[in-house]
Amino acid sequence: MLNLRDAGASIWEKSNRFQRTLISVGTIALVAMLPFAGNTILATPIAAYGAVLVYPVGMFVLMALGLNIVVGKSGLLDLGYVAFFAIGAYTMAILGSRTTLNTWEIMPIGIALAMFSGVLLGLPSLRVRGDYLAIVTLGFGEIVRLVFLNSTWSNGPNGVSGIPLPPDILGQQFKLEDQKLFFWVVLVMILLTIWMIRRLSIRRPGRAWEAIRQDEDAAQLMGVPTLKYKIWSFVLGAAVAGAAGVLFASKTLFIAPEMFTLNVSILILCCVVFGGIGNIWGVIAGAAILGYLPDRIRFIADARLLVFGIILVAVMNFRPDGLLPRKKREKALIEKAGTQK
Amino acid sequence: MFNVFIHQFWQLTFSGIALGFIYVLISLGYTMVYGVLRMINFANSEIFMWGTFATVIVGRDFFDYTLTSEPVHGVKLVLVLLVSLLASMAVSGIVAVFVEFVAYRRLRARGTNRLATLISAIGTSIALAEVMRLLTHSRPTGAPRILEKVILAEVWGANIRLDNVLTIVAAGIIFVLLERFVKLSRMGKAIRAASMNEDAAKLMGVNLNQVITATFLVGGLATGAASFFYVTVFEITKFNVGFTMGLAAFTAAVLGGIGNIRGAFFGGLFLGLLETYASAILGTQWKAVSVFLVLILALLFRPNGLFGEAVQQTRA
Repeated sequence: MLNLRDAGASIWEKSNRFQRTLISVGTIALVAMLPFAGNTILATPIAAYGAVLVYPVGMFVLMALGLNIVVGKSGLLDLGYVAFFAIGAYTMAILGSRTTLNTWEIMPIGIALAMFSGVLLGLPSLRVRGDYLAIVTLGFGEIVRLVFLNSTWSNGPNGVSGIPLPPDILGQQFKLEDQKLFFWVVLVMILLTIWMIRRLSIRRPGRAWEAIRQDEDAAQLMGVPTLKYKIWSFVLGAAVAGAAGVLFASKTLFIAPEMFTLNVSILILCCVVFGGIGNIWGVIAGAAILGYLPDRIRFIADARLLVFGIILVAVMNFRPDGLLPRKKREKALIEKAGTQK
Repeated sequence: MFNVFIHQFWQLTFSGIALGFIYVLISLGYTMVYGVLRMINFANSEIFMWGTFATVIVGRDFFDYTLTSEPVHGVKLVLVLLVSLLASMAVSGIVAVFVEFVAYRRLRARGTNRLATLISAIGTSIALAEVMRLLTHSRPTGAPRILEKVILAEVWGANIRLDNVLTIVAAGIIFVLLERFVKLSRMGKAIRAASMNEDAAKLMGVNLNQVITATFLVGGLATGAASFFYVTVFEITKFNVGFTMGLAAFTAAVLGGIGNIRGAFFGGLFLGLLETYASAILGTQWKAVSVFLVLILALLFRPNGLFGEAVQQTRA
């Protein structure tokens, strides 16, 4: 089957520095223009097109990139990812509606709290592996939701309302009816996340995650402090989700515990798996498609989860590496081993 | 806070045991599959959920009882209950085999990694739940009251209700039957052989595919029986009923030492009691949290379960 990932990579490798800059800037500019394409074939029949671009599409891409650090890079199946999103969102909601802090001041607090809870969850639970880890994280996600649901300080099932919009940037106002500015903020956050992941991937943490994913015991024997790097991947994933949560709360202006169910974790996982676990371009493509399609095609909107469930099964059974698999490096290794024989 | 707990201790204990027996049967669906495949049967919660709907549909559409009809008595009662039980076991058994076929078989044949299999099982689970959600329009479905909830006796202030007694006795019998099946029958021996050492079992002429299907089937039958008792006691079901029940039963399986059938028995009872006590002390809204906490603590400190040593030996 055609490997789009390899095709893309070969174009990238053949081009020089100037061409690469051109490709990157061009792509970013094209994506940044997306909010203006509302009247083309991309238009969404049910929800407002501009809003769809921010949530689900943009947010899904952002969170899928974060979850990809955990599931894709280090191979830890985290089913409680929504917890960090919820913690970010509730930080924004509670601080934003009860203090005078604005979104950008709350953002670091939300990220810090999400990271801290990542450590809290990671320290004990990363000692168990595989299926058990999936269950423990799932339990953690539910506990966080139930605590928000049953506590008075979080206003229980009624949720928190009166969350302020972000303050103006460069004289531009954030408006609910025109969400271009939100989209651009999400885009900047996505770019920062991509930059972070690419930096880390080629350095020590990236190599450690790769080793852990392939064989945790072997990695440990080789002197990789596995627990430390597993927690790091958890915490970085949590930070991205926390940031996404802060922005989400600041965009919807109202949040309630029912927005943070297990389904969100599953949807994000679905984005990662569908696009190609471990490959950031695949993850971005997968999240964008899965975020966008239900709003484009009316039928899917009702049966969204059903379609996603079937996608998970089908992709795992017939194309377990996803849309854009991360094959290249592994394939190269195999070829090298073949010639040496 | 402890008032309710102290005053109603025996009542809570009794209904906790009845709930525990339901958990025992569901946790068989997890524990048996884990024993053979070394993988969590993620879709077992939906297998349970489909069973509850089978029970409701048999009572409502096959025997034409409505929510307002009078409870049934005598021979007819036995007949209706038996047909419902068998139907829900059959549906759950079929769904379980379907799950194995769709989610596990192809991936197992190709020998792909565990993550892929787990995700495929999660996908199947979501799809099963979603189909039911769309069919029932997310609404809860009430079951007709077929069995009158007579209070048989009062012991230490606890009402001994007929439906609870039925659950304890019948679930106990079904558990013993299944346990004997795994212990004594030819297929049961094959299942145990496969869970001890897959390759050796294959070399001894065990048809692994058949054994795995049989394991899912037995687990599904047990889970289906649990669905029937659940509907008999609670008289209501919903598309997402499997989620909390499944997690609690999974916790029970872990507590008993996953893969260990007898362990599942004690784990189930323990969890039934714990959940009932916890909701009396902390309030029902914290019930699920207490189950999750116990699960997490169990996985961290006793990952082989409270009674897991025996299984650990056979595995090594």
